Amino acid sequence: MTGTTETTGTTRVGAPGGVGESPLRPDGILKVTGEFAYGSDLWMDDMLWGVTLRSPHPSARILKVDITEALRTAGVFAVLTHDDVPGQKHFGLEHQDQPVLAVDVVRYQGEPVALVAADHPETARQAAKKIVVDYEVLEPVVDARKALLPDAPQLHPHGNLVRHVRIRTGDPHPSAEVVVSGDYEVGMQDQAFLGPESGLAVPDGTGGVDLYVATQWLHVDQRQVCAALGLGPDRVRLRLAGVGGAFGGREDLSMHVHGCLLALHTGKPVKMVYNREESFFGHVHRHPASMHYEYGADRDGRLVYARATIHLDGGAYASSTPAVVGNAGTMGLGPYEIPNIHVDCYGAYTNNPPCGAMRGFGSVQTAFAVEAIMDKLAEAVGLDPVEIRVRNGFHEGSTAPTGQVIDSAAPVAELVQRLRAMPLPPDDGGELDLRRLPGGVANTTHGEGVRRGVGYAVAYKNVAFSEGFDDYSTARVRLAVVGHEPVVTVHTAAAEVGQGLVTVEQQICRTELEVERVVVAPKDTQVGSAGSSSASRQTYVTGGAVRAACQSVRRTVLARAAQRLGVDAATLRLAGDAVVDDLGAVAVTLADLLGTDEVEDTVEWRHRPTYPIDPETGQGNAHVQYAFAAHRAVVDVDVELGLVKVVELACTQDVGKAVNPSAVVGQIQGGSTQGMGLALMEEIQIVAGRITNPSFTDYLIPTILDTPPMPIEVLEYADPHAPYGLRGVGEAPTISSGPAVAAAIRAATGLDLRRVPIRPEDVTGTR
Amino acid sequence: MDFLSPTSLPDALAARAEHPGAVPIMGGTDVMVELNFDRHRPPALLDLTRVSELATWDRVGDEIRLGAGVTYSRVIAELAAELPGLALAARTVGSPQIRNRGTVGGNVGAASPAGDSHPALLAAHAEVELSSLTGVRRVPAAEFYTGPKRHAGRPDELVTAVWVPAATGPQQFSKIGTRNAMVIAVAALGLALHPEQRSVGTGIGSAGPTPLRARDAEELLAAELDWEGRADVPDPVAEEFGRLVAAAASPIDDVRGTAAYRRHALAVMARRCLAWAWAEAQGREGPRRGEG
Repeated sequence: MTGTTETTGTTRVGAPGGVGESPLRPDGILKVTGEFAYGSDLWMDDMLWGVTLRSPHPSARILKVDITEALRTAGVFAVLTHDDVPGQKHFGLEHQDQPVLAVDVVRYQGEPVALVAADHPETARQAAKKIVVDYEVLEPVVDARKALLPDAPQLHPHGNLVRHVRIRTGDPHPSAEVVVSGDYEVGMQDQAFLGPESGLAVPDGTGGVDLYVATQWLHVDQRQVCAALGLGPDRVRLRLAGVGGAFGGREDLSMHVHGCLLALHTGKPVKMVYNREESFFGHVHRHPASMHYEYGADRDGRLVYARATIHLDGGAYASSTPAVVGNAGTMGLGPYEIPNIHVDCYGAYTNNPPCGAMRGFGSVQTAFAVEAIMDKLAEAVGLDPVEIRVRNGFHEGSTAPTGQVIDSAAPVAELVQRLRAMPLPPDDGGELDLRRLPGGVANTTHGEGVRRGVGYAVAYKNVAFSEGFDDYSTARVRLAVVGHEPVVTVHTAAAEVGQGLVTVEQQICRTELEVERVVVAPKDTQVGSAGSSSASRQTYVTGGAVRAACQSVRRTVLARAAQRLGVDAATLRLAGDAVVDDLGAVAVTLADLLGTDEVEDTVEWRHRPTYPIDPETGQGNAHVQYAFAAHRAVVDVDVELGLVKVVELACTQDVGKAVNPSAVVGQIQGGSTQGMGLALMEEIQIVAGRITNPSFTDYLIPTILDTPPMPIEVLEYADPHAPYGLRGVGEAPTISSGPAVAAAIRAATGLDLRRVPIRPEDVTGTR
Repeated sequence: MDFLSPTSLPDALAARAEHPGAVPIMGGTDVMVELNFDRHRPPALLDLTRVSELATWDRVGDEIRLGAGVTYSRVIAELAAELPGLALAARTVGSPQIRNRGTVGGNVGAASPAGDSHPALLAAHAEVELSSLTGVRRVPAAEFYTGPKRHAGRPDELVTAVWVPAATGPQQFSKIGTRNAMVIAVAALGLALHPEQRSVGTGIGSAGPTPLRARDAEELLAAELDWEGRADVPDPVAEEFGRLVAAAASPIDDVRGTAAYRRHALAVMARRCLAWAWAEAQGREGPRRGEG
């Protein structure tokens, strides 16, 4: 970390490895040595393998399913269809509109139709091919805007509109001296996590099931699995399997119900693991967007009004589209003060692959439009890209489009000014190194056609769940003495998906209880819900719950000591293996005080409440906290071939408090790379509802040779409402990096590029 | 699926004759992808990794005999001077792990129009050595590729080597991908100057059903280059060369790029490769080995 400012509380509180330090991850060594067990490594000796038969068609009626031949295959134990779903046949995060197994119709290519369990995965795959499904193929609806026209085929009983968010403030018919507008498009990005969907369902012999699964939110899975199986939560127990990345793609169910159905049907453990191709069909993607934006400003570049119409393609099922529309609608105008606002944001059903949660969640798409429009405005009024953002950017006390007053730091101006102050990378005139040029070692240029460009972008994003959602987490903390050494055990259901929450849980316990040795219990449903590992929220919300549970345990221990010693508890504190008095002298050791007792408490913890927005005006205190980040991208573009080398991607971000500084930087590096990937290459290509690149051969994500140096400045302006003053970190850098890269490419080429990913065809006029 | 693993070339050829449906496998970087996607389910795999004769190269007169089992990594490390175009192409293949496994022989046998070796082999006037129990023959690369993933070898033959004339002039290779490493070619171009014959070789990848030569472009350059005096290439000649290279391609629109972009990019790469190669011929710039 460089240039850290406004650091709060730098003196150490608690045991080593506490809040504000960067201790080793408990799973770190296993992961880097390849020994960590991921969901796909689950194994039981007598287990069966489950596979899913999926629809080849984006839209079709199912006339008949014949499982006879499949069932006759030697080694096959079960072939199941929707007839075998004992409970509710539909599931979903917000609307229960998605069938566990297709019922009479299929609405996207890849929709699960039937399941097979066999004693070998190859046997199961071959048997699945013997299931005969008669389809009446229908013309798919593949355009989100057309899907909302009155004459479009209706894909669901309640129509094709999933949600429409309106924001209306100020003058409904504003005018301005300077007006800029544009139409922008964002392609469908994939989370591209490296660990495919996987899990193992183990029947308990009494009609219940234990499911080990790689997921993001155990309890929302449990609720949906219970509904589909018709079982109570005591009969369906979930435990987190090793998760190889998530990024939103594991919020929805994948193999969860399927594995349990097969396990309960056969009485045997059933493992399911998708291969890479199936994974592209097995989870939701980022919504593609088409957006029309118009901003009006005075001659000084101060915004007067904004109009935006945003269409998000939700695909075949709702998933989290309503919440994504909420984000894109309420935050779709960027972190800028605008007095007169008119926004319409729509989420629509189509026959494209279902879209839902992905890192940045609605804000990524709109940021491409907003930041392009702001650059256009800067040009129109003769300001540079930094100045236009300084002049209009949010600050503490600004009013967001929802009418919500921002009541903690919102340092937009400082973020971009700090970026501008960073030295620019040298314009390499030195010795030829192909790795530094667009095209890399593929030897497409030795400098010919290469133009440099610089671009800026800012992002803001809500942290945690919004719009009145009861967003809480549960933590159980236990202090005991084991072999004369105090040991804390922390138990939450919060999914560790790679972000490092397990480390953060340990750090908080060390700081609050002054005990170095902290054991993280396995993540399961034996403790209350922690909410989702989504929305940059776990350090905030589960961190808050762990802190509160620690504080409760501390109070109990000190009260017990005070009683034993006959002193006021307020004069005592914890210090390592003892309770000490206000002079720091040992009052009683924990071994003496506790003996074989354990002190344990379980706490449910909530952040400040949020509220729904008004359906007509979009007004309301919908969000609990905002995260802010900004990027400056420096690119070299081969303008003749349309190839891009990102030379440097600098980031400034306010994190409130860096609970784990090295994890914070890791999140910024990863998020920046993922956002850059969307600007340059990452797109699920769809033709007539069908994915044409479901593999890492043709769905490209940045390699290390595409990933530039990233100077990062982390600011720590404490949010007084949040635990330790922290802000969620993971998403904001994903939002501003892509728009900064796109801006830099526009600057290098002089082209008004309006669609991402920007393909070589767009730069060379050969699309 | 049977797994045949001969340990000598005669055994391998015998196995090939006995099991014409068996798919030869060397590094597996192509074959295993096909199997994993369940695109093919061959009755047998013919593993050639234990046939040590295949993993060698020799200089024979003016030619390099490159055994089919020599990996890309070895081509880069051991043959950059003799086969600079092929070494440049080898550098663009996949990741270090893929280059350690993948072989030029496997690339030739797979005969994908997107294979990275082909443009360099075509430009260098290479020949493919095909062996069977009945004998050994050599097929010019320009006649070897007969269709998408199809070639002139018979079911009883194995690709045992490629014969590549050692470079006598500058060679270049350029490949478009939409990221800066580990990418399948959107379009690729190989160029070799053969000063002693006053001829030019070209090879086009990923822009037609097979790897292609741009014969008109070759003839233009052979006629127009100032082989004696090494005078600069006039701009109109370079432009026309690029145009003819693009015209020789027959690309399609697909998930990796449009036909229009492929033609455009080929023309740009052709002009640039010519400029680099001719600069080297003029002694203005040394061959660019050892980069990257």
